[in-house]
Amino acid sequence: MSTRTISILVENHSGTLSRIAGLFSSRGYNISSLTVGETEDASVSRMTIVVAGDDSVIEQVVKQLNRLIDVIKVIDFDNDPIIERELILIRVDSGKGSRHEVVELADIFGASVVHVSASSITLQLASTCDKIDEFIWLIKPFGVKELIRTGKIAMAQPKK
Amino acid sequence: MRKNGAEILIDALIRENVDIIFGYPGGQAIPIFNVLYDTKEIKVVLTRHEQGAAHAAEGYARATGKVGVCLATSGPGATNLVTGIADAYLDSTPLVAITGQVATPYLGTDAFQEVDIVGITRPVTKHNILVKNIKDFPFLIKEAFYIARTGRPGPVLIDIPADISKGFLDDYEYPAEISLRSYRPTTVGHVKQIEKAAALIKTAARPLVFAGGGVISADAHQELFELATKLNAPVTLSLMGLGAFPGEHPLFIGMPGMHGSKTANSALQEADVIISVGVRFDDRVTGHVGAFAPKAKIIHLDIDPATISKIVRVDIPVVGDAKNIVAALVKIVAPRPADAWNDVVNKWKGDTLFAYKNSDKIIKPQFVIEQIYELTKDKDAIITTEVGQTQMWCMQYYKYARPRTCISSGGLGTMGFGLPAAMGASLGRPGALVIDIAGDGSIQMNIQELATISINKIPVKVAIINNEYLGMVRQWQDMFWNKRRSSTCLRGGTLCVECTGSGHCKKPYVPDFVRLAESYDIPGLRATKASEVVPVLQEGLNKEGPVVMEFMVAPEENVYPIVPVGKSLDQAMEEL
Repeated sequence: MSTRTISILVENHSGTLSRIAGLFSSRGYNISSLTVGETEDASVSRMTIVVAGDDSVIEQVVKQLNRLIDVIKVIDFDNDPIIERELILIRVDSGKGSRHEVVELADIFGASVVHVSASSITLQLASTCDKIDEFIWLIKPFGVKELIRTGKIAMAQPKK
Repeated sequence: MRKNGAEILIDALIRENVDIIFGYPGGQAIPIFNVLYDTKEIKVVLTRHEQGAAHAAEGYARATGKVGVCLATSGPGATNLVTGIADAYLDSTPLVAITGQVATPYLGTDAFQEVDIVGITRPVTKHNILVKNIKDFPFLIKEAFYIARTGRPGPVLIDIPADISKGFLDDYEYPAEISLRSYRPTTVGHVKQIEKAAALIKTAARPLVFAGGGVISADAHQELFELATKLNAPVTLSLMGLGAFPGEHPLFIGMPGMHGSKTANSALQEADVIISVGVRFDDRVTGHVGAFAPKAKIIHLDIDPATISKIVRVDIPVVGDAKNIVAALVKIVAPRPADAWNDVVNKWKGDTLFAYKNSDKIIKPQFVIEQIYELTKDKDAIITTEVGQTQMWCMQYYKYARPRTCISSGGLGTMGFGLPAAMGASLGRPGALVIDIAGDGSIQMNIQELATISINKIPVKVAIINNEYLGMVRQWQDMFWNKRRSSTCLRGGTLCVECTGSGHCKKPYVPDFVRLAESYDIPGLRATKASEVVPVLQEGLNKEGPVVMEFMVAPEENVYPIVPVGKSLDQAMEEL
């Protein structure tokens, strides 16, 4: 099953998030990730949802989202080119003299060091989801103590 | 103008042309009822249960086309409305449900009679609102009514904390207009799509019109009639659509689906173009979806884009209001003379769409409904139903001539719907003869509303078709569960060791509906033999005011045809 990224502009009310989450859960659709925050207009929030499902599932999701009164606009990126980013914080074991190697790997990916302790190093990386997956895979052997992903945010590339 | 929240609410309701509220008070709703005490413009009907209030508001809305309003207190009052709200949601009935709530400082503290009713009703409302600031209140009421009645109608709940209803707003003004950036239902159909539909219809050798509740909501029955007659296309109506096309018209072929007519089901399976209007292809209509209408290209006109291709893949969708789309279509379709296809359909139809074996001794339930039809067909009659076997017989044997005359719980299948709905219908349409045709199981789910009917002298006629069973479940148990009648006999209860299933149980049936009616000061009549049916109906229907008629019918009668769950429409089982 493929995943699809959907952006939703919604009224910035309490209850809106629950309404949207409920729409997915009541149909048994699984949300892979969900991010939400205010936009340039404080009365509007933007959600980016990554959902797994075939085309007919996505089509239903989009229609059902559009039915919700609090939803202003649904943007289904389909296969359109998008600019996407995800942020992670990752704390890696550096107790056995591996700090240097960890920092080197971080450098390659453009991750920055945000905290260092005697036994660990905490990195931050903002990148595409694919790059982040790759980074996590490569850094895993050093020992990951804690990992937090924000989930993806996405916007369409401007048309030429 | 300075007003408190409760005064604002009632002023807004009057401005929204609300003339009746079905309600039940309680602690957090007292401020609202306090204002209603002096409000001449709005009649308040005190029901005996909040569920009754919700269904009554639905019945009122279904009979009149206006928004129904129900009002309850917080906590259990609010939760008791939920079944009615869900029912309205499934049947796209415009409803505004108003609930009292604990004051805002107590929200989320598990205060006395506090429930998160906005959270509870979120999946069964078109929209719902917790009022947190009195400044927003006038707009939110306007929004609730606007959303409930426009687009695909549905229920909206407004939850009003007590400090809002008691708090004051200095500069109250009710908004004259409303516009929501996030809600703009499409009403005008896309011209290109309508042209495509007309072009496809032109190629049709076996056209079929399949219409539903959307036609009634959109008040599009006249346009539908013009379309069907211009095309000489047979017409089948979903349960929610019955009345949208005259039941006695030669083109009418009955309801389709699980308990639909063989003619309608055959027509769906054989048609090459199906013009569907305001329907949602419910599973009770389609049977096995993969085998539904295999030869047809499907045109689907609906105001809700989310219904398009939700269940059945649609070839030509047209989103918008059924009235103007069908009118536009009527103008551009070429007339089609009746031809061999009509002959085929008429041959399937024969003399009658549905048939049963009558008896001159024991009362057959279908016979009672046929006789009700015969005695009321020339009157302004509205039928409400409960849910189950009797409901299905009402769909098969009563021939609804006009829209808003068949009021039944379609989507949710709510037992206990019919009596309160009849109450609401009767108050909404005071001139009409309103009859609740009930099963003995369903009627008991809101029987307490006989008190409301009696006290308010609401002239509802109740016909109880008493088969002593939860008949539809008993039928399924007999047909598909090896006759294990678990918890379906209303004489015996859960399981009687001595029961042989032969229908010769000697236990008394309780309640005695005639005596029960009389205890509510409502006349009660009973027919136990076939010969008594018509006299009882004549007496009951001609009485002024409310009446309860009980018909002791054949206990083991089944509803036929029946398409078993998971089977296609051509695999109906018929009475042997």
